[in-house]
Amino acid sequence: MSASSAFSDEKGGSASEPEYGHDPASGGIFSSDYKRHDDLKEMLDSNKDSLKLEAMKRIVAMIARGKNASDLFPAVVKNVACKNIEVKKLVYVYLVRYAEEQQDLALLSISTFQRGLKDPNQLIRASALRVLSSIRVTIIVPIMMLAIKEAASDMSPYVRKTAAHAIPKLHSLDPEQKDQLIEVIEKLLADKTTLVAGSVVMAFEEVCPDRIDLIHKNYRKLCNLLIDVEEWGQVVIINMLTRYARTQFLNPNINESLLEESSDKAFYASDDEEDEDKKAEVATLAKRKPYVMDPDHRLLLRNTKPLLQSRNAAVVMAVAQLYFHLAPKAEVGIIAKALVRLMRSHSEVQYVVLQNVATMTIKRRGMFEPYLKSFYIRSTDPTQIKILKLEVLTNLANETNISTILREFQTYIKSMDKDFVAASIQAIGRCATNIGEVRDTCLNGLVQLLSNRDELVVAESVVVIKKLLQMQPEQHSDIIKHMAKLIDNIQVPMARASILWLIGEYCEHVPKIAPDVLRKMAKTFNNEEDIVKLQIINLAAKLYLTNSKQTKLLTQYVLNLAKYDQNYDIRDRARFIRQLIVPTDKSGALNKYAKKLFLALKPAPILESPFKDRDHFQLGSLSHLLNAKAGGYQELPDWPESAPDPSVRNVEVKDSIPEWSKCTSRKDRKEKKVEKPFYSDSEGESGPTESADSESDTGSGSESASASDESGSGSESEESGEETESEEEEEDEEKEKKRKKRLDKTKAKKPAEESAESEQSSGTEDRKRGRKAVKNQKSASESESESESSESEDESEEEESEEESESDTDIRKKKTPVSKQPPKQSKKESKKETQEMSLLDLDDFEPAPASAPVTPVNFLSSSLVSDLEGLSLTDTILAPTTIAPSGLIKMYELLHRITGEGLAVEYCFSRQPFSPEPNMVAVQIQFTNNTNSETKNLHIEEPRMQSGMRIREFAEIDMLAAGESVTVVMGIDFCDSTQAANFQLCTHTRKFFVSIQPPVGELMTPAFLTENDFKKEQGKLMGMNEISEKLTLGEKCVNEHVIVERVTATANLSRVPCGSDKECRFAGKTVSSGCLVLVTVTTKEGGAAQLTVNCEKMVIGTMLVKDMMQALSQ
Amino acid sequence: MIHSLFLINNAGDLFLEKHWKSVVSRSVCDYFFEAREKAVEPDNVPPVIRTPHHYLINIYREKIFFVSVIQTEVPPLFVIEFLHRVAETFQDYFGECSETTIKDNMVIVYELLEEMLDNGFPLATESNILKELIRPPTILRSMVNTITGSSNVGDTLPTGQLSTIPWRRAGVKYTNNEAYFDVVEEIDAILDKSGTTVFAEIQGVIDACVKLSGMPDLTLSFMNPRLLDDVSFHPCVRYKRWESERVISFIPPDGNFQLMSYHISAQNLVAIPIYVKQNISFFETGPSGRLDITVGPKQTMGKTVECLVVTVHMPKVVLSASLNATQGTYNYDPVTKILVWDIGKLNPQKLPNLKGSLSLQSGAPKPEENPSLNIDLKIQQLAISGLKVNRLDMYGEKYKPFKGVKYVTKAGKFQVRT
Repeated sequence: MSASSAFSDEKGGSASEPEYGHDPASGGIFSSDYKRHDDLKEMLDSNKDSLKLEAMKRIVAMIARGKNASDLFPAVVKNVACKNIEVKKLVYVYLVRYAEEQQDLALLSISTFQRGLKDPNQLIRASALRVLSSIRVTIIVPIMMLAIKEAASDMSPYVRKTAAHAIPKLHSLDPEQKDQLIEVIEKLLADKTTLVAGSVVMAFEEVCPDRIDLIHKNYRKLCNLLIDVEEWGQVVIINMLTRYARTQFLNPNINESLLEESSDKAFYASDDEEDEDKKAEVATLAKRKPYVMDPDHRLLLRNTKPLLQSRNAAVVMAVAQLYFHLAPKAEVGIIAKALVRLMRSHSEVQYVVLQNVATMTIKRRGMFEPYLKSFYIRSTDPTQIKILKLEVLTNLANETNISTILREFQTYIKSMDKDFVAASIQAIGRCATNIGEVRDTCLNGLVQLLSNRDELVVAESVVVIKKLLQMQPEQHSDIIKHMAKLIDNIQVPMARASILWLIGEYCEHVPKIAPDVLRKMAKTFNNEEDIVKLQIINLAAKLYLTNSKQTKLLTQYVLNLAKYDQNYDIRDRARFIRQLIVPTDKSGALNKYAKKLFLALKPAPILESPFKDRDHFQLGSLSHLLNAKAGGYQELPDWPESAPDPSVRNVEVKDSIPEWSKCTSRKDRKEKKVEKPFYSDSEGESGPTESADSESDTGSGSESASASDESGSGSESEESGEETESEEEEEDEEKEKKRKKRLDKTKAKKPAEESAESEQSSGTEDRKRGRKAVKNQKSASESESESESSESEDESEEEESEEESESDTDIRKKKTPVSKQPPKQSKKESKKETQEMSLLDLDDFEPAPASAPVTPVNFLSSSLVSDLEGLSLTDTILAPTTIAPSGLIKMYELLHRITGEGLAVEYCFSRQPFSPEPNMVAVQIQFTNNTNSETKNLHIEEPRMQSGMRIREFAEIDMLAAGESVTVVMGIDFCDSTQAANFQLCTHTRKFFVSIQPPVGELMTPAFLTENDFKKEQGKLMGMNEISEKLTLGEKCVNEHVIVERVTATANLSRVPCGSDKECRFAGKTVSSGCLVLVTVTTKEGGAAQLTVNCEKMVIGTMLVKDMMQALSQ
Repeated sequence: MIHSLFLINNAGDLFLEKHWKSVVSRSVCDYFFEAREKAVEPDNVPPVIRTPHHYLINIYREKIFFVSVIQTEVPPLFVIEFLHRVAETFQDYFGECSETTIKDNMVIVYELLEEMLDNGFPLATESNILKELIRPPTILRSMVNTITGSSNVGDTLPTGQLSTIPWRRAGVKYTNNEAYFDVVEEIDAILDKSGTTVFAEIQGVIDACVKLSGMPDLTLSFMNPRLLDDVSFHPCVRYKRWESERVISFIPPDGNFQLMSYHISAQNLVAIPIYVKQNISFFETGPSGRLDITVGPKQTMGKTVECLVVTVHMPKVVLSASLNATQGTYNYDPVTKILVWDIGKLNPQKLPNLKGSLSLQSGAPKPEENPSLNIDLKIQQLAISGLKVNRLDMYGEKYKPFKGVKYVTKAGKFQVRT
């Protein structure tokens, strides 16, 4: 190296310049003669930056073309400290590419990067770390490790991001560093900036994907940050969280999965085993508690949903697979629209999306049915896309849409693309097997295709017809005859073999033709393909067994031909068959059964989708696409039987890790503008280098020690970092202040929101409280001087909180009906107030157009008067006003006035029979117009229901003046399930998606039974239909009266008279199907009690028990 | 993640390779070449190819195959989406993404690839950030560079990377502050033989060209936002505002970008602007066929249909066509078997017609299927869905920007079956 530099000194740069100047970068690359390289060396050694740049450009172009430029390494590497940025960058490119091959020389560059790591400019620190970690030289592993550790606690989020990127690099270089790296990952996972989140999760996935325990504490934070993370990070995080959720939460479809599975399986001919399985499962179901979604599970679903709108197909797919694997069945539907949208994208995207859609359509057909037409095929689609679309169409086919689909298929068959035509014919075959109604139509269509001019079409049809005929051969002997004729013309071996097999199998249906076909085939035997030969032998054997008189000689002849065939399979088969069918002395007992063997009834083939069962791979993954495990694929775990402790995700708020909130980056940027250009090295060389060296020494010493040292060493280095360091600290303080300011602002907003919005889900609640605590410590001093940038910050913050509160109400809506959880009690207070207010409003509005009486009288009281007469408690029941508010009818929020833009909607279950349709649940809805203008045309649109559920809309409200409210009654048939009824509430300007989910207790009406009847009915509903639980009554449940009140508040039941004063009995019927629901509460000594529910519908029973338990133990 | 990238042209020449981890021999591409040969058409190369030690994920764009090498599990769409982003960046930088431009700008391409991925994981894919790091070549700059030897690498700090709004660079300054929006809608439709709509939908995008100084915060609202049922946004758009208020609120990237795309599905009524009467028939006797196509306006909302082109992929047996067009010109390419009839502006008074005979290869059986017609058209000043931008408001800056909205309707995948 020194020699060459001396050389350049002598010559000087200027002399050589014209020589190279005319040579463009691309020109001399192909001639890899050594002279060229000498030139390049010379240029690199010159002291003119332009020459160096020119040389580096040419070298990089060589690398790009895959030419070897490694012999220039010494000349290049010494330019690593060059002041010209572009030269420097290109040197980095070169270094990263060849360092692995020239490890010793590469070490020369290390000190430059070490110096860079100490640079006050965060971008230079980051870039130094990036290049340092990209040099794959094992000797520097300790240096890298140290650098990563230090960078992980850097104050700049960008440097921390780079540290996260460096982790997998180091891991692949030296897997033994794993333990230390995991510590760094753990630390970075706790980072609160969006910039770091994606990168560190990527590192986590590459280094320690199985350490799910590291995620617990960060789960909620990741969920909340997700929307602001850059798109690539989003994909990685979502995929990881999908896996995480599968280990931590319960299957949301646990109750439905049984029903669903059984119906699905009927589609593919159910087996006996499955029935048994089902029974077992039903039994376990009875024991199982009703499902309540973990709020964290809900948080994940809620926070990923908006990402379905991402422009990045990978993000959309990631969310789609998350919903597919994690969401309750009723909610999965929303991904369909987004996936269909992706189909418009590039054909590669289409290809991947269609593969995933194909898998989804098998599990959840209903989801894509509305989008059937989006899968129609255009003649300009590439063949691979066409075939995938065909697959999806076939999966979507059912009784109702089959005629449209078949019509589409008909046009496809005429296509010029023959592979596609063949696939279409197979698709028709599959539709025909799956949907019995159209089997004959399909068969006729396929038979018509037999006269098609194209041989491939005919051949494919033959194969498919063969499969279809196997299902019902008796009716179709004419088709078999027709096919026998075809044997003269069709040359495609597979088709010929299929025809022969058919004739052999059903030779009894075509007794005259079969021997003749064998005769013809015997003639051409030698020229046939192997599969055809085998079928000829089969045909001969079968005919010999059924019609030996005519075919004995022919069979002998065929077997003789086969005996001397070139293929050993065929020779084998011939020998085997001869022994089996031709009786000889030795053949023995088997001979008798030959006919049974050959002409046994064979089960019809099941035409299955190739995508069946592919969903055991995580959707959207490479493994799913290939249907084989790719390296590094993490299995999607099964749902746990019982949920692991959710409290592991609770975060203690006083975090020791310094939080660099968003505004840090902003700040940095501003301050950095004054600084010198990127990559610059302008400061003196001596001081920093030394300190860097000494640093690395101590580093390698302490490196073996555990991470607890790490923070210590970090702070040490900071101290040694002299003045710059203290400056940074100042910065920190400033930032800290800013943050405080911001927090103050949000805090100011919060109380207002809280009162308006009622409660928060417990998790976020905790977090916020924590934040507030932090704020309170620091609140005072700050004045109003806000810079613009932090203002916009506030805005985003505001949005966030808005989102939170909004979705919180959302969650509550879903949660309350299933179970009224005890911790909510305190918050109900505030709600009650609003309730009562609205009740007053109702009274004011007595002459509402709706027919049902508006005052929410306790239905029970009026109807039970007579029944309960004589009981000591009646009069108190009759005076509901004196009872605690739980006896009142609960109002639920359907639309908050903020989301509804001033329109507030609440609903309650009035417990009145819904007169137009007795099997519907009456829902009383109250609209309040809080805006200044009138709202018009309130009505319902687009109900989206689970199958069987129906809705009876209320008459359209023409006008609702400002400030007014109105109450109407609508009927919903919930089919005795607690599935939510989803629909759109429309005004003249807007539509709102709302849903009503009934608590299980509202799905019934009181039934009036005598004591004897009750006992008789109860006797019928024993065993699995009886659920009984022990409980301890709550403090307030002191007497029978309170129990009655609690039970009737929870469920719409009537009391049944009873002799014993230790027992309370209640009876009701489910609204839709009229199944009896019997409830018995037996009180015992010391506040203990036993609750027994008898109901034919076990799901209702279990859910009711749960609700009752809660009501009674309060 | 992404290990290496190879660029391969249509002829099968590998003209660029880039490795982000240790070097993977280019012989791995042999598996790709094998698949490429098997697929016949470049469209039919499977996007994911499995080899014994690697997986190749490729896209085909502008006659270039971008072949990436993967070693472990990664969502395929992640890679595909990234490769497309690479192609778009090239397009953005060099005006077009072709083999020649890539070869001419080899060093910039290499620098770009270096910045876009770190260890195979995307680092900077926003064009605004990249442009700060590496300046796109302009004629003027390349001249200056050759004379003075200065560089393409930006000497300012790529601060965008650090910002919470990475898509916008800081300190933007324009003398003319302007914001233009193009609402472009494409009609995807399949019409059957009789002219009834089998399937139709509208795919819309709003392309923006925003050249505003400072940090403007824009709000775009529509007259009829309810039309937009299925949308996807540029990351700059605030989802929450859209969800609650149905307005698009964003801090725009600098320059050209796609603000949003939307999809109006078949359920809503999609207006079909033209009708096509066609009769294509082939005869068994005598090597000939007949073709007769007439195009007329249907629901054009009073606007003129322009740039009308009818493309027909003829069956292989069609040797030549002797036709007569009342308007525009036609051209039949006997090699690719594509008939293109370029009509131009549609005159509702005098409907354009193309009529004549086709000559078939003698001896060959008559084709089974009639070819389908692909229609291309353009209607200026109309968004066929009826979408209308209401207003654009700007906050955060003092000056008054020029604003403009343009509407165009085009035919997307518009196919008429015969």
